[in-house]
Amino acid sequence: MAEAIFWFNAFIAVLTAAVVVLHRNPVVEALALALHLCSIAVFFVLLEAPFAAVIQVILYAGAIMVLFLFVVMLLDPGGEGKAGRAGKIQLAATLLGAGAFLAALLPVALAAGAGELPPPVHPGFGGVRTFGQLLFTEYLFPFEAASVLLLSAMIGALYLAKRELD
Amino acid sequence: MPEMIDLFAGFGIIPTAVKIGILIGLVMTAVAYISFAERRIAGFIQERIGPNRVGPLGLLQPLADGLKFIFKEEIIPSLAHKPTFILAPAIAVTTALTTFAVLPFGGPFEAWGKTISPMVADLDIGVLYILAVASLGVYGIVLAGWSSNNKYSLLGGLRSTAQLISYELPMTLALVGVLMAAGSLRLADIVNAQMNSAWYAVAMPLGAFIFIVSAFAETNRLPFDMPEAEAEIVAGYHTEYSSMKFAMFYMAEYMNVTMSSCLITLLFFGGWHLPFVEGMLQGLSQPSRAAAHAAIFAGKTTFFIFFYIWVRWTLPRFRYDQLMRLGWKVLLPLALANIFYVGGAILLGWF
Amino acid sequence: MVPTGHFLALSAVLFTMGVIGVLTRRSALVIFMSIELMLNAANLAFVTMARGGPAMEGQVFAFFVMAVAAAEAAVGLGIIVAIFRRRKTTDVDQVAQMKW
Repeated sequence: MAEAIFWFNAFIAVLTAAVVVLHRNPVVEALALALHLCSIAVFFVLLEAPFAAVIQVILYAGAIMVLFLFVVMLLDPGGEGKAGRAGKIQLAATLLGAGAFLAALLPVALAAGAGELPPPVHPGFGGVRTFGQLLFTEYLFPFEAASVLLLSAMIGALYLAKRELD
Repeated sequence: MPEMIDLFAGFGIIPTAVKIGILIGLVMTAVAYISFAERRIAGFIQERIGPNRVGPLGLLQPLADGLKFIFKEEIIPSLAHKPTFILAPAIAVTTALTTFAVLPFGGPFEAWGKTISPMVADLDIGVLYILAVASLGVYGIVLAGWSSNNKYSLLGGLRSTAQLISYELPMTLALVGVLMAAGSLRLADIVNAQMNSAWYAVAMPLGAFIFIVSAFAETNRLPFDMPEAEAEIVAGYHTEYSSMKFAMFYMAEYMNVTMSSCLITLLFFGGWHLPFVEGMLQGLSQPSRAAAHAAIFAGKTTFFIFFYIWVRWTLPRFRYDQLMRLGWKVLLPLALANIFYVGGAILLGWF
Repeated sequence: MVPTGHFLALSAVLFTMGVIGVLTRRSALVIFMSIELMLNAANLAFVTMARGGPAMEGQVFAFFVMAVAAAEAAVGLGIIVAIFRRRKTTDVDQVAQMKW
């Protein structure tokens, strides 16, 4: 059962990623990316990370992608996607490079966890309580630094999007 | 991979399918009769009689409405983006229905030799699941506004989306107060925690007020329904929708109202507990007690649905900038203050 | 039960698709979306290794990646909107000159 979910979900993830990379209409691409993010959340659930999965949906698919959709609709409401594609040489070079990259990466990836089933985990793994304990004890400094980062990003975005008063 | 992937929570596929069937049946019937109740109560508040012709006391009115919607002509604007035009109401209804999966209608009880848990999925992260699915419901609205190829719809859709994501913040922060007091994310645990201490509406009134106001904004109900106001923006994001697709938006709104009422009941008003009744129920057998719990829960939820309708026909509408100012400048700081208050109360041992 | 290698291989494939998207497309918004694809592929790898450990640190790191991605999306989209206001286009080949 878990395997069926994995393969179906992997198919959806790869399909929506292909739509993002290849489609012409930016609104359709943004929607495909939102669906992709939800499929990654399903992977997180399969990997015993329920809190990460829910945060992925709330944060990524529910907030960041809505922001993307807003910007896409304001900049290109017709959805024609005026910017086209790269030329043929650039495309060939990219595909060759990406192919080589993937050929180098896949054996390493498959060898890193080949065939073995992951060890069993204690109950509460990936749960909110464990997450909270880690975030507030061992990783307190990165947590506070992330909040300062978000504050500065918020100020930066507000300043950038402000209309200039003539 | 253990319990996480045990899709049917140890109960098996047949009981889960039965529960889902019962739940969908209940929710659809409730939605149909809420629309009827709204028109009758609106009539009562406006000193007139609502619909009372179809069937005894007008009770078959939702059936007539449904038939009308089915037989109406489907109009799709020629320049609309068809796939998203048809997808948008589907997303709205699907997300609205999916949130009901984690709502408990009572504690687990023994019947016919088996333990039955009256909820479809007993997640450890119950409340966060509801927030996640609710934040996905935004897509239905923004896609409806965009795909109609109509300036007013786009504007209404973007406004409504901005309103929804703005009011998610005070709602979540008011929820954090409840989670701090209850110490768990499971809805059943939150209700049981209220049995030992006072109801959270009494213990943290500011949090309850913020949550209820934000729930009104999240469901696009008056006084926050600027984006779909009939007179102002030509019905906003669902201007171009007709017959069944419009009916789906309509249903999705009432499902959201029902779900918010259930949430308010569970989180702040004790769920299926009534303080004086608990003692009386101890003597009954388990299935009867479960039925009594479900009835209490249904009663409280019905009161809150009535409250939603009551407020709609009483208060005037907020202007859009007033609405956004309220969400960001008033409710958000108050919600943060509420977190401090709850933290202090926990330190003092009130919970 | 799915072995860890499958998750990692999928993560590699998704990352490569994101790289192709960044290098091939010319619209700034689509390049941004491809960057999000790459970030999510990396998150998937993190959570996979957290399960393989088993160590919670991978999930905590994925959480921080999400927070940073949110900040980066906000600022990046602000930059794109600002560029669009000046140049009326989001084609990165046409805004490649830093002159005016």
